[in-house]
Amino acid sequence: MIAMVQITFRNKKFEVKENMTARDALKKIGIDPESVLISVNGKLVTDDVVLREGDEVKLVAVISGGSAIVC
Amino acid sequence: MRHHKLALCGEHYSEWFVNSTQRAIEKYKMFKPDANILVAVSGGKDSLALWDVLARLGYKADGLYIGLGIQGEIDYSDQSLACIRNFAQQNVPNAQLHVVDIAETYGKTIPEISRASTRGHGKPCSACGLTKRYVMNRLAAERGYDVLATGHNLDDEAAVLMQNTLHWQTGYLARQAPVLEASDGLAKKVKPFCRFYERETATYAVVRNIEYVYDECPHAVGNLTNFYKTLLNQLEAESPGAKLSFYVEFLKARQAGFFQAPADKSNLHACEVCGQPTTAPGRCAFCRMWNITAASGGALISPDAIAVRGDDAFDDVETRVAETVDVSGL
Ligand code: SF4
Ligand SMILES: [Zn+2]
Repeated sequence: MIAMVQITFRNKKFEVKENMTARDALKKIGIDPESVLISVNGKLVTDDVVLREGDEVKLVAVISGGSAIVC
Repeated sequence: MRHHKLALCGEHYSEWFVNSTQRAIEKYKMFKPDANILVAVSGGKDSLALWDVLARLGYKADGLYIGLGIQGEIDYSDQSLACIRNFAQQNVPNAQLHVVDIAETYGKTIPEISRASTRGHGKPCSACGLTKRYVMNRLAAERGYDVLATGHNLDDEAAVLMQNTLHWQTGYLARQAPVLEASDGLAKKVKPFCRFYERETATYAVVRNIEYVYDECPHAVGNLTNFYKTLLNQLEAESPGAKLSFYVEFLKARQAGFFQAPADKSNLHACEVCGQPTTAPGRCAFCRMWNITAASGGALISPDAIAVRGDDAFDDVETRVAETVDVSGL
């Protein structure tokens, strides 16, 4: 069996195979890497980090098209 | 290249971010160390990060929140104010937070006035933008702030730049700058984060444990700015640094005089009701939209009321316009 890594974004959960870079994982699940920050086990990481089984991966949305002051 | 900064630990990242902001403030001559600054806060990451950074740099910076009365499914406005109060209490306990609730002050929420007016074709953004600009200017002027600071980041600026360029909006291009000097009763406006990528301001907010509203205004979903941001992100992915150079090279061209504001634009009049600057004689667009007339007595704080009435009466009127909260007592 291939080990999987879970990724949480807002209230959604995604699964990708382990040993992928975060960047490839984002591509896989169709999320623009520029639009999120990646936290692995509670620490912000760059997108070249390789994801391992058991990692807790969370994405934080970056885009604010409607932060009420600037629009 | 900028990704290297993420490799810094949280503390060094935050130090780098704060120092870079100070460099931008100096580079674009935004304000002096003793300036009275009003930060427009929405509850989003950028504006809260900005307030945080200015306070950490030792500036005297107060906040202004405008309650738009936009709730949607997520109670957007309520959630925003809760985040701001919480932030202010913890991070800027010595500052003041002005809260202007639009429905309380002018009788309708933004979605309501938008439905009642002809502006914006069913979308509240036009009424909303007009109202926000008006309230920010007016509060800054009446409370004696030297400068109004907003949290626009590089992605915001690049998206607007792209939009203006695609339509060759030369007038807007001439005015798109990190600093807009005060003129004819309009407050000086600055954007200290204009060179930070959106992900950099988000990183700062996360590193500093700032709780902000993740959701955007429900009316922003699918708007043009988001569309251009997405396009620019695709460009950035192919060609790292593209957003920054698009914006910074534009600023240089602008500085070199390639985009000049039309000379006759300086002809502003005072609105006959509220006294705020307006391009055409008579009532300003704000007073027309809210149907504020001298006769109806609906001018909530007219210059006359301030000049003529006594202090107590003025305070009375004032509280309808801005509830100023001493943050330490929240
Ligand atoms: S997106 Fe929301 S906050 Fe922004 S202008 Fe439109 S209604 Fe106002
Ligand atoms: Zn007016």
